[in-house]
Amino acid sequence: MIPSFDIVILIFLVVTAVIALTLKDLLASAMVLGIYSFLMCLLWAEMSAVDVAFTEATVGAGVSTVIMIATVYQTTRKSRD
Amino acid sequence: MEAFIANFNYWIYIILMMIGLFAMIAKKNLIKKLVGMSIFQTAIILFYVSIGVKQGATIPILPEEAVHPKTTAGETSHHNGEDGDAHAGELPEIDAQDYTNPIPHVLMLTAIVVGVGTLGLALAIAQRVHYHYGTLEETEILKQIQSGQ
Repeated sequence: MIPSFDIVILIFLVVTAVIALTLKDLLASAMVLGIYSFLMCLLWAEMSAVDVAFTEATVGAGVSTVIMIATVYQTTRKSRD
Repeated sequence: MEAFIANFNYWIYIILMMIGLFAMIAKKNLIKKLVGMSIFQTAIILFYVSIGVKQGATIPILPEEAVHPKTTAGETSHHNGEDGDAHAGELPEIDAQDYTNPIPHVLMLTAIVVGVGTLGLALAIAQRVHYHYGTLEETEILKQIQSGQ
Protein backbone atom coordinates (compact mmCIF):
# COMPACT_ATOMS: atom_id res chain seq x y z
CA MET A 1 0.00 0.00 0.00
CA ILE A 2 1.57 3.25 -1.18
CA PRO A 3 -0.25 6.03 0.73
CA SER A 4 0.24 8.98 -1.66
CA PHE A 5 -0.72 7.00 -4.80
CA ASP A 6 -3.73 5.66 -2.89
CA ILE A 7 -4.89 9.16 -1.94
CA VAL A 8 -4.51 10.50 -5.50
CA ILE A 9 -6.61 7.64 -6.95
CA LEU A 10 -9.28 8.07 -4.24
CA ILE A 11 -9.61 11.79 -4.96
CA PHE A 12 -9.88 11.09 -8.71
CA LEU A 13 -12.58 8.50 -7.89
CA VAL A 14 -14.76 11.10 -6.15
CA VAL A 15 -14.18 13.58 -9.01
CA THR A 16 -15.16 11.07 -11.72
CA ALA A 17 -18.22 9.94 -9.72
CA VAL A 18 -19.46 13.53 -9.47
CA ILE A 19 -18.74 14.19 -13.17
CA ALA A 20 -20.59 11.02 -14.23
CA LEU A 21 -23.67 12.17 -12.32
CA THR A 22 -23.65 15.82 -13.45
CA LEU A 23 -23.17 15.34 -17.22
CA LYS A 24 -26.33 15.92 -19.27
CA ASP A 25 -25.16 13.61 -22.08
CA LEU A 26 -25.84 9.98 -21.11
CA LEU A 27 -23.18 8.56 -23.48
CA ALA A 28 -20.52 10.77 -21.91
CA SER A 29 -21.84 9.75 -18.49
CA ALA A 30 -21.37 6.07 -19.38
CA MET A 31 -17.81 6.74 -20.58
CA VAL A 32 -16.91 8.59 -17.38
CA LEU A 33 -18.35 5.68 -15.39
CA GLY A 34 -15.95 3.44 -17.35
CA ILE A 35 -13.07 5.70 -16.27
CA TYR A 36 -14.35 5.41 -12.68
CA SER A 37 -14.34 1.60 -12.93
CA PHE A 38 -10.78 1.52 -14.33
CA LEU A 39 -9.59 3.82 -11.53
CA MET A 40 -11.24 1.45 -9.05
CA CYS A 41 -9.41 -1.46 -10.75
CA LEU A 42 -6.10 0.44 -10.39
CA LEU A 43 -6.84 1.07 -6.72
CA TRP A 44 -7.45 -2.60 -6.08
CA ALA A 45 -4.30 -3.70 -7.86
CA GLU A 46 -2.47 -1.19 -5.65
CA MET A 47 -4.25 -2.49 -2.53
CA SER A 48 -2.89 -5.97 -3.53
CA ALA A 49 -6.31 -7.43 -4.32
CA VAL A 50 -5.31 -8.59 -7.79
CA ASP A 51 -8.19 -11.04 -8.29
CA VAL A 52 -10.72 -8.29 -7.60
CA ALA A 53 -8.79 -6.01 -9.97
CA PHE A 54 -9.00 -8.57 -12.82
CA THR A 55 -12.72 -9.03 -12.30
CA GLU A 56 -13.38 -5.30 -12.10
CA ALA A 57 -11.39 -4.60 -15.29
CA THR A 58 -13.24 -7.24 -17.33
CA VAL A 59 -16.72 -7.32 -15.83
CA GLY A 60 -17.10 -3.96 -14.11
CA ALA A 61 -15.36 -1.66 -16.59
CA GLY A 62 -15.80 -3.74 -19.75
CA VAL A 63 -19.20 -5.39 -19.72
CA SER A 64 -21.16 -2.79 -17.73
CA THR A 65 -19.87 0.07 -19.93
CA VAL A 66 -20.82 -1.85 -23.07
CA ILE A 67 -24.35 -2.66 -21.89
CA MET A 68 -24.86 0.91 -20.71
CA ILE A 69 -23.78 2.29 -24.11
CA ALA A 70 -26.07 -0.24 -25.81
CA THR A 71 -28.99 0.99 -23.68
CA VAL A 72 -28.18 4.63 -24.46
CA TYR A 73 -28.22 3.85 -28.20
CA GLN A 74 -31.51 1.95 -27.87
CA THR A 75 -33.18 4.77 -25.94
CA THR A 76 -32.06 8.41 -25.84
CA ARG A 77 -28.85 10.35 -25.25
CA LYS A 78 -30.33 13.39 -23.56
CA SER A 79 -30.90 13.72 -19.85
CA ARG A 80 -32.57 16.61 -18.08
CA ASP A 81 -30.52 16.44 -14.85
CA MET B 1 -4.82 14.79 10.75
CA GLU B 2 -2.81 11.58 11.11
CA ALA B 3 -5.96 9.55 11.79
CA PHE B 4 -7.66 11.23 8.82
CA ILE B 5 -4.87 10.17 6.43
CA ALA B 6 -4.65 6.66 7.92
CA ASN B 7 -8.37 6.02 7.41
CA PHE B 8 -8.64 7.90 4.10
CA ASN B 9 -10.11 4.82 2.34
CA TYR B 10 -13.01 4.79 4.76
CA TRP B 11 -13.73 8.51 4.35
CA ILE B 12 -13.83 8.11 0.57
CA TYR B 13 -15.98 5.01 0.97
CA ILE B 14 -18.56 7.01 2.94
CA ILE B 15 -18.44 9.92 0.45
CA LEU B 16 -18.86 7.64 -2.58
CA MET B 17 -21.68 5.72 -0.92
CA MET B 18 -23.54 8.95 -0.12
CA ILE B 19 -22.98 10.24 -3.70
CA GLY B 20 -24.52 7.01 -5.02
CA LEU B 21 -27.44 7.13 -2.58
CA PHE B 22 -28.12 10.79 -3.45
CA ALA B 23 -28.13 9.94 -7.18
CA MET B 24 -30.51 7.02 -6.67
CA ILE B 25 -32.97 9.24 -4.79
CA ALA B 26 -32.64 12.73 -6.30
CA LYS B 27 -31.81 12.17 -9.99
CA LYS B 28 -34.92 12.03 -12.20
CA ASN B 29 -33.36 10.21 -15.17
CA LEU B 30 -33.53 6.41 -14.93
CA ILE B 31 -30.03 5.85 -16.38
CA LYS B 32 -28.61 8.38 -13.88
CA LYS B 33 -30.24 6.41 -11.08
CA LEU B 34 -28.47 3.28 -12.33
CA VAL B 35 -25.13 5.11 -12.52
CA GLY B 36 -25.70 6.01 -8.87
CA MET B 37 -26.48 2.39 -8.04
CA SER B 38 -23.23 1.29 -9.70
CA ILE B 39 -21.23 3.84 -7.66
CA PHE B 40 -22.98 2.67 -4.47
CA GLN B 41 -22.04 -0.96 -5.15
CA THR B 42 -18.38 -0.21 -5.87
CA ALA B 43 -18.21 1.93 -2.70
CA ILE B 44 -19.28 -1.06 -0.60
CA ILE B 45 -16.69 -3.24 -2.37
CA LEU B 46 -14.07 -0.57 -1.59
CA PHE B 47 -14.99 -0.82 2.11
CA TYR B 48 -14.62 -4.60 2.16
CA VAL B 49 -11.30 -4.64 0.29
CA SER B 50 -9.97 -1.90 2.61
CA ILE B 51 -10.60 -4.21 5.60
CA GLY B 52 -8.19 -6.83 4.22
CA VAL B 53 -5.27 -4.43 3.61
CA LYS B 54 -2.22 -4.73 5.88
CA GLN B 55 0.73 -2.36 6.09
CA GLY B 56 3.74 -3.72 4.18
CA ALA B 57 1.93 -6.84 2.99
CA THR B 58 2.06 -8.27 -0.52
CA ILE B 59 -0.48 -10.04 -2.76
CA PRO B 60 -1.88 -13.29 -1.29
CA ILE B 61 -0.01 -15.59 -3.70
CA LEU B 62 2.82 -17.76 -2.32
CA PRO B 63 6.19 -17.63 -4.15
CA GLU B 64 7.31 -20.88 -5.75
CA GLU B 65 10.15 -21.42 -3.23
CA ALA B 66 7.61 -21.50 -0.40
CA VAL B 67 5.71 -24.40 -1.97
CA HIS B 68 8.43 -26.33 -3.86
CA PRO B 69 11.78 -25.83 -2.11
CA LYS B 70 14.82 -25.66 -4.40
CA THR B 71 16.96 -28.77 -4.65
CA THR B 72 20.59 -28.86 -5.68
CA ALA B 73 20.98 -32.04 -7.76
CA GLY B 74 18.65 -33.98 -10.05
CA GLU B 75 18.95 -37.07 -7.88
CA THR B 76 17.67 -35.36 -4.74
CA SER B 77 14.94 -33.67 -6.76
CA HIS B 78 13.68 -37.03 -7.91
CA HIS B 79 13.89 -38.38 -4.39
CA ASN B 80 12.11 -35.32 -3.03
CA GLY B 81 9.23 -35.77 -5.44
CA GLU B 82 8.52 -39.29 -4.24
CA ASP B 83 8.22 -38.64 -0.52
CA GLY B 84 7.57 -34.94 -0.15
CA ASP B 85 6.23 -35.34 3.37
CA ALA B 86 9.60 -36.42 4.73
CA HIS B 87 11.10 -33.09 3.57
CA ALA B 88 8.18 -30.91 4.70
CA GLY B 89 10.31 -29.53 7.52
CA GLU B 90 12.60 -27.85 4.96
CA LEU B 91 9.86 -25.53 3.73
CA PRO B 92 10.44 -21.87 4.70
CA GLU B 93 8.14 -20.33 7.28
CA ILE B 94 5.07 -18.57 5.87
CA ASP B 95 4.00 -15.62 7.98
CA ALA B 96 0.38 -14.52 7.57
CA GLN B 97 1.39 -10.91 8.26
CA ASP B 98 3.26 -10.82 4.94
CA TYR B 99 0.10 -11.37 2.88
CA THR B 100 -3.14 -9.41 2.68
CA ASN B 101 -6.30 -11.14 3.84
CA PRO B 102 -7.87 -12.82 0.78
CA ILE B 103 -11.26 -13.60 2.38
CA PRO B 104 -12.84 -10.14 1.69
CA HIS B 105 -11.49 -10.31 -1.89
CA VAL B 106 -13.22 -13.62 -2.54
CA LEU B 107 -16.48 -12.32 -1.10
CA MET B 108 -16.30 -9.20 -3.26
CA LEU B 109 -15.68 -11.15 -6.47
CA THR B 110 -19.24 -12.44 -6.13
CA ALA B 111 -20.49 -8.94 -5.34
CA ILE B 112 -18.97 -7.51 -8.56
CA VAL B 113 -20.63 -10.15 -10.72
CA VAL B 114 -23.98 -9.73 -8.92
CA GLY B 115 -23.65 -5.96 -9.39
CA VAL B 116 -23.24 -6.30 -13.15
CA GLY B 117 -26.21 -8.72 -13.18
CA THR B 118 -28.48 -6.23 -11.41
CA LEU B 119 -27.23 -3.39 -13.64
CA GLY B 120 -27.97 -5.40 -16.80
CA LEU B 121 -31.46 -6.33 -15.62
CA ALA B 122 -32.24 -2.75 -14.61
CA LEU B 123 -31.02 -1.42 -17.98
CA ALA B 124 -33.24 -3.97 -19.77
CA ILE B 125 -36.24 -2.76 -17.72
CA ALA B 126 -35.28 0.85 -18.53
CA GLN B 127 -35.34 -0.05 -22.25
CA ARG B 128 -38.85 -1.50 -21.85
CA VAL B 129 -39.96 1.62 -19.99
CA HIS B 130 -38.60 3.80 -22.80
CA TYR B 131 -40.33 1.58 -25.38
CA HIS B 132 -43.65 1.95 -23.55
CA TYR B 133 -43.58 5.62 -22.48
CA GLY B 134 -41.10 7.12 -24.97
CA THR B 135 -39.03 8.83 -22.26
CA LEU B 136 -36.56 8.05 -19.49
CA GLU B 137 -37.50 10.98 -17.23
CA GLU B 138 -39.27 9.90 -14.07
CA THR B 139 -41.50 13.00 -13.87
CA GLU B 140 -42.81 12.56 -17.43
CA ILE B 141 -43.50 8.87 -16.87
CA LEU B 142 -45.48 9.68 -13.70
CA LYS B 143 -47.38 12.40 -15.58
CA GLN B 144 -48.31 9.96 -18.36
CA ILE B 145 -49.45 7.35 -15.83
CA GLN B 146 -51.63 9.87 -13.99
CA SER B 147 -53.18 11.34 -17.16
CA GLY B 148 -53.89 7.87 -18.53
CA GLN B 149 -56.12 6.90 -15.60
